[in-house]
Amino acid sequence: MSFDTNLFWDSLFSREFANGALLAIVVALIAQAGGIVIGFLLALIRMNKVPVLSHIAWFYIWILRALPTLLVLLIVWNAFPQFIPSMKDPWFTPFIAACIGLGFQEGAYMSEILRSALSAVDEGQNTAARALGMTPIQSMRRVLIPQMIRVAIPPTSNEFINMIKYTSLASVIALQELLTRAQVQVASTFRYAEYYAAAAVYYLVIVSVLTIAQSRLEKRYLWTSRQPHVTTPVETETP
Amino acid sequence: MHTEPGSPLLYAEGITKSYGQQHVLRSTDFSVREGEVKAILGRSGSGKSTLLRCTALLELPDSGNIWFKGAKLGKKPDSDRWLRETQLARQRREIGMVFQRFNLFPHLTALENVGIGPRTIQGVGADECAERAMAELKHVDMAQCAGKYPQELSGGQQQRVAIARALVMNPKVMLFDEPTSALDPELVGGVLKVMERLASEGMTMVVVTHEVRFARHVADTVVMFHEGRIVEEATPEEFFDDPKSDATRQFLKHVI
Repeated sequence: MSFDTNLFWDSLFSREFANGALLAIVVALIAQAGGIVIGFLLALIRMNKVPVLSHIAWFYIWILRALPTLLVLLIVWNAFPQFIPSMKDPWFTPFIAACIGLGFQEGAYMSEILRSALSAVDEGQNTAARALGMTPIQSMRRVLIPQMIRVAIPPTSNEFINMIKYTSLASVIALQELLTRAQVQVASTFRYAEYYAAAAVYYLVIVSVLTIAQSRLEKRYLWTSRQPHVTTPVETETP
Repeated sequence: MHTEPGSPLLYAEGITKSYGQQHVLRSTDFSVREGEVKAILGRSGSGKSTLLRCTALLELPDSGNIWFKGAKLGKKPDSDRWLRETQLARQRREIGMVFQRFNLFPHLTALENVGIGPRTIQGVGADECAERAMAELKHVDMAQCAGKYPQELSGGQQQRVAIARALVMNPKVMLFDEPTSALDPELVGGVLKVMERLASEGMTMVVVTHEVRFARHVADTVVMFHEGRIVEEATPEEFFDDPKSDATRQFLKHVI
């Protein structure tokens, strides 16, 4: 049995695979965005040593970093509805379960990344912002976060690339993402290489695009005037 | 109350500050009149920077009061408790601060560094901010670098932008914390020139410095800080030519 090139091309351009890839990207985007928000809140709570909450944050991070992602997904999909009856309703789809499971776990990882990124910003920056008269929120938004993002881009890109691949674990909760689509085809035809190769091509393309996006983003955070973007009209007035 | 004419613009009264077992300020009194330029000299670790940071409400004294324009700064008039950070932020706006290490915002151009205060804090429109920022950059001879980022500027240029960033908020008093100590010797001149200009324009200034020349020629009053206290306060002539305290004599022997 040799490699059937036609089968490979057909599946590569099939609606099923394209939809599966799209689903993987959407789930990854939602979970990553959720993870960043949760992670940022956890990081703030822990850095400011908020009473009670910082213990809860610590516990949250401890649990979710310890559990395998596969187990987290199974718990969210199968075990949660056992305790929360409304989760047995039709709104609770594998898509939502995957976003919740992956997003909540990502929050634990992102909190560590964002905590170290925030502490990497020089202390004098906040002091200067305070001296100007900025409130803590203004300083955070205008001064600290932009500088924190620069530090956080490489590890967060890594996380997102991992997230794309982690969505394949959601095949265990019957999410119709890319790998599930491939598995379904394999099961009905008993041909492996063609479908796996098609799935592999999708992952390669997605991750390549992300890598390019990352380097574009990093260039925007170089903060030099040798970049073509930032020019203010006022500049040109000076001799 | 401190509202009668000729009273100090800024008056710190009985300031104490300790870090653990280390008593940095020991019931220090300090004042500056409107339009006065006051230089603070003293060895490193004598507490002069801490006094400045307390005066700017960047650190809160363990005890003591700060009076500004006749009113208690950082506290409600009838209370001895410090206000919360958000309320302190409002009170810091009329006090300009310049740091030893400049602390410019690296993600913003020189123009944006100066404009961010009015933009964020005073809610001024973008165009007017750029205009005001440009005017302040001209004031410190930095207009030609408006579009550059801090990492593209020399230390002296960064410090001048930092001065403009404080000035654009129209402060009533400017506090300088060793503004030239982190600079290469050849860059000190440009910064001192800008500070002299401010002094001649009548800005009230408190300058913690090691620049004896500046203290002698620009300051109206020179203060010697020693072990958390002011031990001598005099005109530059008296201070340098006829010092009264041992600490001043010792200090001058080392720096001149």
